[in-house]
Amino acid sequence: MTAMGTPQNNNWAKALMSHLRRDFWSALPAYIGGLVVLFWIVVALTAPLWAPYSPLDMVGARLQPPSADHYFGTDGLGRDVLSRTLYGAAQSLPIAVVVVVVGATVGAVLGAAAGFLGGWTNTIVMRLVDVTLSFPPMLLAMAVAVALGPGLKTAAVAMIIVWWPLYARLMQSQVISVKQMDHVEAAVSSGVRRFRILWRYILPLSWTPILINATMDFGQVVLLAAALSFIGLGAAPPTPEWGQMISEGAVNFYTWWIAAAPGLAILSVVLALNFIGDRVRDVLDPRSTT
Amino acid sequence: MNIYRYIFRRLAGLPPLLLGVLTIAFLLSQVSQVDPLNSILPERMLSNPAAVAAAKARWGLDKSPLTQYFVYLQNVATGDLGVSFRTKRPVARDLMQRLPATLELVVAALLFGSVLGVATGVVAARFRDSVFDHAVRLFALFGSSIPVFWSGLVFLSIFSVQLGWTPGPGRLGSRTAAGPPITGLHTIDSLIQGNWPMFFEALSHLILPAIVLGWSVMGIISRLVRGSMLDVLSQDYIAMAKAKGAGGLRVLLRHALPNALIPAITVIGYSFAYLLTGAVLTETIFSWPGIGSYAVESARALDYPAIMGVTMLGGAAFLLTNLVTDIAYAIVDPKIKLQ
Repeated sequence: MTAMGTPQNNNWAKALMSHLRRDFWSALPAYIGGLVVLFWIVVALTAPLWAPYSPLDMVGARLQPPSADHYFGTDGLGRDVLSRTLYGAAQSLPIAVVVVVVGATVGAVLGAAAGFLGGWTNTIVMRLVDVTLSFPPMLLAMAVAVALGPGLKTAAVAMIIVWWPLYARLMQSQVISVKQMDHVEAAVSSGVRRFRILWRYILPLSWTPILINATMDFGQVVLLAAALSFIGLGAAPPTPEWGQMISEGAVNFYTWWIAAAPGLAILSVVLALNFIGDRVRDVLDPRSTT
Repeated sequence: MNIYRYIFRRLAGLPPLLLGVLTIAFLLSQVSQVDPLNSILPERMLSNPAAVAAAKARWGLDKSPLTQYFVYLQNVATGDLGVSFRTKRPVARDLMQRLPATLELVVAALLFGSVLGVATGVVAARFRDSVFDHAVRLFALFGSSIPVFWSGLVFLSIFSVQLGWTPGPGRLGSRTAAGPPITGLHTIDSLIQGNWPMFFEALSHLILPAIVLGWSVMGIISRLVRGSMLDVLSQDYIAMAKAKGAGGLRVLLRHALPNALIPAITVIGYSFAYLLTGAVLTETIFSWPGIGSYAVESARALDYPAIMGVTMLGGAAFLLTNLVTDIAYAIVDPKIKLQ
């Protein structure tokens, strides 16, 4: 199969690896980003071990500015802001992973079906993609979340509905271009079964762009999830979720510290993810490296 | 294919998409747990059988879902988006009343974002790989990574509360009453009326939210302008211009920039969608009485007709701006393949 000429897509992963080794300095932000993301993953998994206080209990006086006892102050209910922020990682990060993984999978399956089968399947899937992409993402997510009733799960469903069409469109065009390659034609004319052609001859050359886009989308998903919680359509109040905590801090501009830690947490995660995504794009898209 | 046929074809493609947008809205309202009667009738009328029957007949609620769908399309086509159960007023009227505030904010943010984006993009390309280039890149990345609902909060507490340089949230001070609306945009209206104090007040309220919102799109614009400037600067006609003795600045601004700006049209047009998303959050933080804060207030109250109205308006606006962007691009760039 590889003897039939290696299409450019297959080289992407290899190109990525060799670049990561060679251009250490230009890749430095991406490495730092990787460390920051790793840090937050560890925090999400082990917050109970080293958060100074419980995230839900009143552990000090209300609305205390940062001090030696509470490095990021206390909120309106006397809860420790730092502890809540650390526990918050376990709310905000998994939802982003779920949305990206499910969104990319659903989009890739539908896009592959559309591109491979063509005809009516293609028309229906692609028109659905066009219509879904006609909405500004935030507004569509809000409308879906309101229709399904607020909550973290429905917020995730809403974001998946917003995100899958991007992957479907990508996968469909990818499958169509791979379908026209020589090795696929050779397989068809030697009588390989249709499903096997899709699985063994087309998909291995089609999924890399999906993976790359998913990496670059992570930051945006974290932002949208926090935004939905911020306006009250995501995590419900006692839950320590970053967007939700910022909305508690937005009540009063004088108690700035309530929103400081969760805001910095979101900023650091998204910036780190964007550093990584930026580097991935630089390496894989020669036009943007010029 | 000539340009008129292209425009015609794009226009012809619009109605099916709009129909799709309405269909999604209808499907969502079918999924919704909320009883549609609550959204149509004021609370006290719900116990009045005659009113209930009349409303059911008018919206076709006593008929099959398919009939309901057509009734719904008909109502939307005549501008009837239902009644908000939070404000108890027609959604269409609420939206029209709040549209100018959002328009003013989004246009100001787009101005800020594109002027800064183009300027930094040009300088970053000219001094490629310099400290400035890297600084611009970092600044742009911060802009697209920072949650606007947090940066708005931080800016307000620094510039309004601590330093007192800018006024607090809102479109005007609490003691200022806006005159009768002409365009509804306070900055434009006050200029038309020659009311300078009012103009500066509206402008000073606009600055902070416009910066917060514009920063989020400045990055993509700056990035794109930098890339296309680098492309253009490496072309032969630029070397030619230099060889003929044109000065560095002249080459940069007169010869290179106009061509480099062509792809920027697209990204500036498309960034409208990001701005709408950002406006929802920026308006909430800045108590800006526009469509975005209306959407949030409606969502918090689970006010279904209102949130659907906003979504439909957003979808329609998004489709239209994309259309205008594509057509503008096709007119400016004769090389583009019109398909």
